[in-house]
Amino acid sequence: MTVGIVDYDAGNLTSVENALRHLGYQWIVSGDPKALQGTDRLIFPGDGHAATSMENLRARGLDRFLTDYVAGGRPVLGICVGSQIVLESSQEGAAQCLGLIPGTCLKLPGGPGLKVPHMGWNSVHFEAAHPLTAGIPQDSSFYFVHSYYTVPAPSVTVLGTTEHGLRFVVGFVKENLATWQFHPEKSGEVGLRLVDNFLKWRP
Amino acid sequence: MLQKRVIVCLDVKEGRTTKGIQFENNVDLGDPVEMAEQYYRQGVDELVFYDITASAEKRGILIDVVRRVAERIFIPFCVGGGLATADDIRAVILAGAEKVSLNSQAVKNPDLIRQGARMYGSQSIVLGMDALRDAAMPSGYRVVIHGGRTKTDLDALEWARKAYELGAGEVVLNSIDADGTKTGYELPLTRLIGEALPIPVVASGGAGTPEHLRAVLQEGKADAALVASMVHYGTYDVRTIKDYLAAHGVAVRR
Repeated sequence: MTVGIVDYDAGNLTSVENALRHLGYQWIVSGDPKALQGTDRLIFPGDGHAATSMENLRARGLDRFLTDYVAGGRPVLGICVGSQIVLESSQEGAAQCLGLIPGTCLKLPGGPGLKVPHMGWNSVHFEAAHPLTAGIPQDSSFYFVHSYYTVPAPSVTVLGTTEHGLRFVVGFVKENLATWQFHPEKSGEVGLRLVDNFLKWRP
Repeated sequence: MLQKRVIVCLDVKEGRTTKGIQFENNVDLGDPVEMAEQYYRQGVDELVFYDITASAEKRGILIDVVRRVAERIFIPFCVGGGLATADDIRAVILAGAEKVSLNSQAVKNPDLIRQGARMYGSQSIVLGMDALRDAAMPSGYRVVIHGGRTKTDLDALEWARKAYELGAGEVVLNSIDADGTKTGYELPLTRLIGEALPIPVVASGGAGTPEHLRAVLQEGKADAALVASMVHYGTYDVRTIKDYLAAHGVAVRR
């Protein structure tokens, strides 16, 4: 099995590669739809700005590629900004996003004693039993860095939530497309288990 | 809710971990990669590698350490010490570090903060500040550089605010007064900066017991506490520190 890591100038991919090496998988890193076409599943990471990320995707023809890849049924995992821009839109830069899953993305309100970006370790409550979270203790902590949060439509299956001023969705799944807002590749052993669960997942 | 972080700092000289009191009398403590892995197993939330290698020619050794650490531990870590250019920042980030800490070099060239934040985002740019009590300064603290040996004209609070405006996403406050004393962190310093800035503040210098971490994370308003000799000599391990914090009402990752 070969895993494709989607490269579109949206942050550092070294830690995702290191996680895959540690878990014993083969992977390629590419921003070229032709190269990614031959993979068995995709990891779609991302750090940074939603609108800029969408521009970078479109410039490489990756927006259409991702839409077709997801429609073809192979598993795809969005991480961080990757989890935001699979939705229809984001408040960040008023971005029109991929629209692979209904929903939007809003700015975290912050407040007294609540710093934004939401950066650091926070506990995640798993909202439903799912193969992607198998073997991971309820309310385990994961590493977050973000200023916007995902609001998938009520029809979407929520995997997990966390709390930072308000309770919000940090992971959701629709058929063969799943996402995490936090960085599983930087969240210790439970994070590696999440990555491994995705790579073994048969949606 | 967001948890308070326990961070272990390793001073690295020519590829080996070292520890000196107030930056002097350094002694060899071991291989930083093996030590990092050990702290990772104990549940540390983050690591800082601070390069105190004197010569620029030996910088390559640090990049190799960073690369090997990134292959073996799966939590964020920060690298600092002598990073002077955008290329230095890029090399460390591409080797697998999540963050860079800019200290003396940012005092000399504040634009380095802006360049780093533009390249990798504010979450990757940490201001490292050495501060010394000084009643002549408006905030009561003066910024010092070169491990405390050189005084600057900068006020600690003003410099932290400027660094935030330039794009720093976090501040590590190292108290030169408290460093190496094991009598506790400089609480007024962390509280001062932590309440003034909307970015996380990491307390550094002075830790001797888990109670010192509790005090700075609660009364001192710090978001994270950095330890070094407390754990390097085996007096405590990260797990016992976090157990103590949890038992005293501090939210930590277990």
